[in-house]
Amino acid sequence: MQTVLSIAVDALAYGMVLFVISIGLSVTMGLMRVVNLAHGAFAMIGGYFASYAVRDLGLGYAAGILIAIVGTVIIAIPVERFLYRRIYGAPQLTQVLMTIGITFCVIGITNFTFGPTLKTVPLPAMLQGSVDLGFRSIATHRIFVIICGFAVAAGLWFLIERTNFGIKLRATIDNAAMTAALGVRTELVYAVSFAVAIALAAFGGVIGAELLPLEPYYALRYMVTFLVVVSVGGAGSIPGALIACLLLGAIDTTGRYLAPEYGEFFFYLAVILIVTLFPRGLVGRMK
Amino acid sequence: MKKLFAAAVALVALSGAAYADTIKIGVIGPFSGPFALQGKNFKAGIDAWFALNGNKVGSDEIQIVYRDVPQADPARSKALAQELVVREGVQYLAGFYFTPDAMAATALLQQGNVPMVVMNAATSAIITSSPLVVRTSFTTWQTTTPIAKVAKEQGVTKAITLVSDYGPGIDAENAFKAAFEKEGGKVVETIRMPLSTNDFAPLMQRVKDSGAEGLFTFLPSGPPTLAFVKAYNDNGLKTRGVKFYATGDLTQESDLPALGDAALGLQTTYHYAVSHDSPENKTFVAAAEKAIGNPTELSFPAVGAFDGMYVISKMIEATGGKQDAKKAVEAVKGLSWTSPRGPVSIDPDSRHITENIYLREVSKDANGKYYNKEVRTFEKQGDPGLGFVKK
Repeated sequence: MQTVLSIAVDALAYGMVLFVISIGLSVTMGLMRVVNLAHGAFAMIGGYFASYAVRDLGLGYAAGILIAIVGTVIIAIPVERFLYRRIYGAPQLTQVLMTIGITFCVIGITNFTFGPTLKTVPLPAMLQGSVDLGFRSIATHRIFVIICGFAVAAGLWFLIERTNFGIKLRATIDNAAMTAALGVRTELVYAVSFAVAIALAAFGGVIGAELLPLEPYYALRYMVTFLVVVSVGGAGSIPGALIACLLLGAIDTTGRYLAPEYGEFFFYLAVILIVTLFPRGLVGRMK
Repeated sequence: MKKLFAAAVALVALSGAAYADTIKIGVIGPFSGPFALQGKNFKAGIDAWFALNGNKVGSDEIQIVYRDVPQADPARSKALAQELVVREGVQYLAGFYFTPDAMAATALLQQGNVPMVVMNAATSAIITSSPLVVRTSFTTWQTTTPIAKVAKEQGVTKAITLVSDYGPGIDAENAFKAAFEKEGGKVVETIRMPLSTNDFAPLMQRVKDSGAEGLFTFLPSGPPTLAFVKAYNDNGLKTRGVKFYATGDLTQESDLPALGDAALGLQTTYHYAVSHDSPENKTFVAAAEKAIGNPTELSFPAVGAFDGMYVISKMIEATGGKQDAKKAVEAVKGLSWTSPRGPVSIDPDSRHITENIYLREVSKDANGKYYNKEVRTFEKQGDPGLGFVKK
């Protein structure tokens, strides 16, 4: 029983890390319909910003997160304006080619400027160490990640479903021309949602750095996992992504405990089954 | 335009003539991609050797030709080795970070009349695949065996092994098991982790449930080591007193700043620590740090490359600069010298390096820099893995 509970806690923590990093990708792919393979690259940029701010400049962890988000968004704005704006609505192959190209550029530049060694984001004393849950101990940082995950999920859901901006966004996605005709500046809507997605990527890159350490190949290394989460959850669906992360986290963690030698067999088996049964993902909102 | 071309051709021809007694060495390694740091260390070791010894052996000038194999890719390694031998006319092949790359290229040695000096690849079997291979690095068996002894001496009777599920990991598992059971301990469970594992928490739970008093792990250096050490600390294994043992791959100097306090006190065995206290090593480190640019990036492949260059220089001396692979290899059998890592020799039977293996503990020096502090020496260790190679 203790073991079962223990695995459940690990699964929840791992699932939430996946969620925080992947949800931004779900927004770009589902709502903006851009297959953004550079998502991991933006998460990595965020991580490097935070690492630089906290480790080299000696700022606080919260300041580090803020700098990471703002810094990454500032970098992303010209990229959106000059590169991404050309591929909205373009065939998916074009999108894939361009975004993977951006990824390789980012890897190269990071490798050149920061070198190939691992970078960390030092945790504040508050998040260090572990908490005793009675039946086991869990890293304080993981609890923090779990809370962040739920907060992000709630915040995003509110933004998209309950605010004025959310209405405009959903309208733009369904029929951009008609929405524009009604006086909504769709370009602005796209730019803002792109910024939100990038900000989420950066946030995820920073708080997930304990589990997915930062190095130049981060941008590609974890991209498959992020894409899997989005396709299983249903692109653009927040509850979908949440369920997918928790489910995949549980399967992966249990598989790793019971039969580590099978590698990611169970993980991908589950993915194949889900995608076969639900081709649009668990909670696909697209027509 | 035509004139210019002719002039260029003439220039190339002339310079070719001027370098008639240039001896070329082909070095294959990962110089780009995720393992570029290791290739950079090869280069730093070679450059350090040139800085300290000059680029001439007798009257012959040495020239290095680098070829890049970013990830383990035997087909590409073989193709590049062939190109080096046939087109570039190299007299020696060297480098090789990954075992499959070295294995693939050994097929060319006999016909090409070229010896191979392996500067890293650490599987015992490479040496048996051609009589023209000499190795100046280490094998996983060699670095793993002493830690099993250490574990037993520190009172561990039940151990669990967690290794990355690929060649060297499995070597490490077998080596630890063989050595630990010979000492009278028991390996209660062996776990092979997929290379792509990034969350180790469930595995730590496995360790807890197994009731082992010590864990032995082998992970390739890079991102997973960080997550693994964190998981070991965060899941309360450290506070429960489960002892941690690994080979030095886990505490490679370039990863130590990232591991930070989490790694303090970890015990590993390895053939080389950058902090090794000897005049030879001080000279080497000074030259290699200058060559690599960023001192924090310097780690073990550099010393393998440095000693590889020494062995090649001895080969060139023995053959007088003429291409004679057999004679070159014969000449270095039994060769012994003082390397930056300590006294070493080339075993005449196996052509593998006999060296000291050190037990190290991750410590922090006065400047707050983390380093592998050598606390114990296992002298003149050969390769115990050779007896286990499938013939």
